[in-house]
Amino acid sequence: MKLTVNGTEVNIESEADTPLLWVLRDELDLVGTKYGCGMAQCGACTVHLAGQPIRSCVTPVSAAEGKAVETIEGQTDAAGLSAVQRAWLETDVAQCGYCQSGQIMVATALLKKNPAPTDQQIDTAMAGNVCRCGTYPRIRKAVHLAAKLIATEALV
Amino acid sequence: MSHSSMTAGLSRRQFVQAGGALLFAAECPITFASKANAAGGGAMMNSFVRIDPSNVITMLANHSEFGNGAYTVMTMMLAEELDVDYRAIQVEAAPTSPDYYSPLFREYLTAGSVTTGSTWLPMRTAGAKARAMLIDAAAQDWGVAQAELSTEAGMVHHLATKRQISYGQLIDSIHRLKIMPPETVSLKDPSEFKVLGKPTKRYEGAAKVDGSAQFGIDLKLPGMLHGAIARPPVHGGRVVSFDATAALKMPGVVKVKAIGAGVVVLAKSYWQAQKARGELNITWDRGDNDGVSSEQFYSDYRALAEQPGILAEDIGDALGALSGADRVIESVYEMPLLAHATLEPLNCIAQVSENACTIWSGTQYQSNDQEVISRFLGIPQEHVTVHRPLMGGSFGRRSSKTADFTVEAVEAAMGESVPVKIIWSREEDIRSGHYRPLFVHKMRGSLDASGMPDAWHQVAVGQSLMQGSKHDPAYMVRGIDIYSLDGCLQEPFGVFPYGTSYQIPHHRVESHNAPRVGIVPQEWRSVGHTHTGIAYECFLDELADAGEIDPLELRLRLTKDHARMNRVLRVLREKSQWDEPLGAGRGRGMASRIYSVSPIAQAVEISVADNGDFTIDRVVCVLDCGFAVNPLGIEGQVEGGIAFGLGGAAFGNIDIVNGEVQQSNFHDYPVIRMPQMPKVEVHILPSDEPPTGVGEQATAPIAPAVANALFNATGRRVRRFPLSSQGFKLV
Repeated sequence: MKLTVNGTEVNIESEADTPLLWVLRDELDLVGTKYGCGMAQCGACTVHLAGQPIRSCVTPVSAAEGKAVETIEGQTDAAGLSAVQRAWLETDVAQCGYCQSGQIMVATALLKKNPAPTDQQIDTAMAGNVCRCGTYPRIRKAVHLAAKLIATEALV
Repeated sequence: MSHSSMTAGLSRRQFVQAGGALLFAAECPITFASKANAAGGGAMMNSFVRIDPSNVITMLANHSEFGNGAYTVMTMMLAEELDVDYRAIQVEAAPTSPDYYSPLFREYLTAGSVTTGSTWLPMRTAGAKARAMLIDAAAQDWGVAQAELSTEAGMVHHLATKRQISYGQLIDSIHRLKIMPPETVSLKDPSEFKVLGKPTKRYEGAAKVDGSAQFGIDLKLPGMLHGAIARPPVHGGRVVSFDATAALKMPGVVKVKAIGAGVVVLAKSYWQAQKARGELNITWDRGDNDGVSSEQFYSDYRALAEQPGILAEDIGDALGALSGADRVIESVYEMPLLAHATLEPLNCIAQVSENACTIWSGTQYQSNDQEVISRFLGIPQEHVTVHRPLMGGSFGRRSSKTADFTVEAVEAAMGESVPVKIIWSREEDIRSGHYRPLFVHKMRGSLDASGMPDAWHQVAVGQSLMQGSKHDPAYMVRGIDIYSLDGCLQEPFGVFPYGTSYQIPHHRVESHNAPRVGIVPQEWRSVGHTHTGIAYECFLDELADAGEIDPLELRLRLTKDHARMNRVLRVLREKSQWDEPLGAGRGRGMASRIYSVSPIAQAVEISVADNGDFTIDRVVCVLDCGFAVNPLGIEGQVEGGIAFGLGGAAFGNIDIVNGEVQQSNFHDYPVIRMPQMPKVEVHILPSDEPPTGVGEQATAPIAPAVANALFNATGRRVRRFPLSSQGFKLV
């Protein structure tokens, strides 16, 4: 089976029913995507599949065949961190940091759809992502900052 | 090792290290509060700093990072005195040896919100001593007076001759000139601080936004096998027999074997192991806990609470005052079992050879893991090597006294030629974990003529955390676990050098250690306060209501002789606009606690709908944590502590029926999510006192503050938790 992960085509040997999460982590060594619950309850495993945020812990790898998979590792390019990642760093969001890959992937998808979300829209979009350290207030701030960074950089 | 040999030996012995690098010793007594003295006092003689000739500066961290900010505050302290950028310091986990044990706990343990306070002098001293040696070397090399030299950004400067040299380049000179660490060194005055006290971003923050941070679950060793364990349905159950025929036919499966924790499937990948586990056919002996239930705990504990317990404190004559009172207010508070649910599930990699063992484990408690494993394998403790990755949350769970999640990995790895990694599924974490013990507090109180509390009688019942453990001597007083009553006693107790901050004339507190059955009790962020905070602060609110005194005014009066808490409360009154009325359907509540020395108080505003759905509109938190080492980190810990306590109070509940935990994952063990997270305003009071903890403090007052606000808004008092079980749903 062939997958396109962060722009690179890769051959997959895992069984077809293996969740995409474990293929990324155990076969491709892309361990930035995290296991938290295994039943789409916590959002730690969020990646983009064909541009949409999905829970990779309940998505069999076969469902990703031929589609573009984007993970946290793909958010940083030659130019450096993405606007969302920079906003996260600037806001000092992370505590333990375990959930933040998933949070950043969901926030990135949100801002593509809605470039200037309100607090309430942020809350709704991110309600599926658990942070046990309680960094929620800073996540809200960071999403607003990322929206500003993206808007400003689009003008340049 | 005796204190004297530690004091005399280390700096000399560790002075010259192989490879030309230097370890600078911090010879410095610990003066943090009286916990240290109570625990035996003494000096910590660790080596924290290594500078190598290529100018890499390494800090050996003897405290763990699990979101608490340990690496940030420790590098800040070192950077301040050494005059380097804190982010230029490499952090390396200090070896698990007695040289690096916490001076407070006398073990390698990160817990109790004491990291900042207990490293405050050692880390700064280590930096200052290293700097003094570098200055000494440069002065001798250049033939100038030490006083003419300055340091900045990892360089020594001689301004008069415009000479400069990097720290690394001075290492050879230090060897050649045989420069020894000075016996004493003066630390910077706070007025000179460039880093300490300034809002400072997380040391390892960058690795936590690009996916590169390495948690234990992320580590992969050559040839490693992955293990998934089928665990007994009841705590303490054992495997009688198992049939692995089907499991062994599954792809990637290498081996299936019974271990103490259950039946482990070893496979080439975790998913293969987890999937094959579902094919096992196991016969269990359900063991002694088969009949245990949460409801039985409640009814047994309520009955115990009617009996006299072990007397912890008896100020005045509470029993006499209550029997003579016109009106006695009585309540029983009940708090359930709670799971920690760290987002990174528990995991451990172990490799076992004939006479040695290595583990890679996200653990708060390295020395205990080492000790338990050495006992289990029958090998010397120093033959157990502990590698420590970052941890995806801990909240107390990773300070396991039984070393459950490490020793089982060791057992799974026994007889294997490769390392074995065990990962717990979320279901295992919720069902087979350790828990905040269930507690019942029976409260009685009476008022004086002015309506103020006159007599207080409290009986606490629950499983002790420390009873029978190796911590028993330090944390048990006359058979009383001091955590079971933390924040309930007016006077300092055992190694806890603080009381409630309140003064009630007649104050009697008793404790029962409930039988140790059904579960393993474990510290949960803010420990005793998770239940004592609710019982004490909600009942105080009941007395305030009975006496028709505003609850904040009541606490101001009770703390009139406790300057630090009184100041916190005065600021809370102002910052929360406490005295401004709220509209219909809204309510306000507050609570104040002292945990591990730091006074903290919170006021919350809520809105409640007719159906019991409620929102928290605002939390105002005021705290006095001594000198605020990193205000940005403190604010984050306060927000996080509130989130953790709030989720627990709102919906946290582990329910046991017939010995089996009924919950299994985040759908039936809900935790707080973004829409439920209130706005939090944090006010850190300026202080020149030594720094004290913040990691757990904010968890303590939030549950009672919210329950008190619900009463304020609705007139309904919640006495059994979580709030969701009483018709109040946080939305």
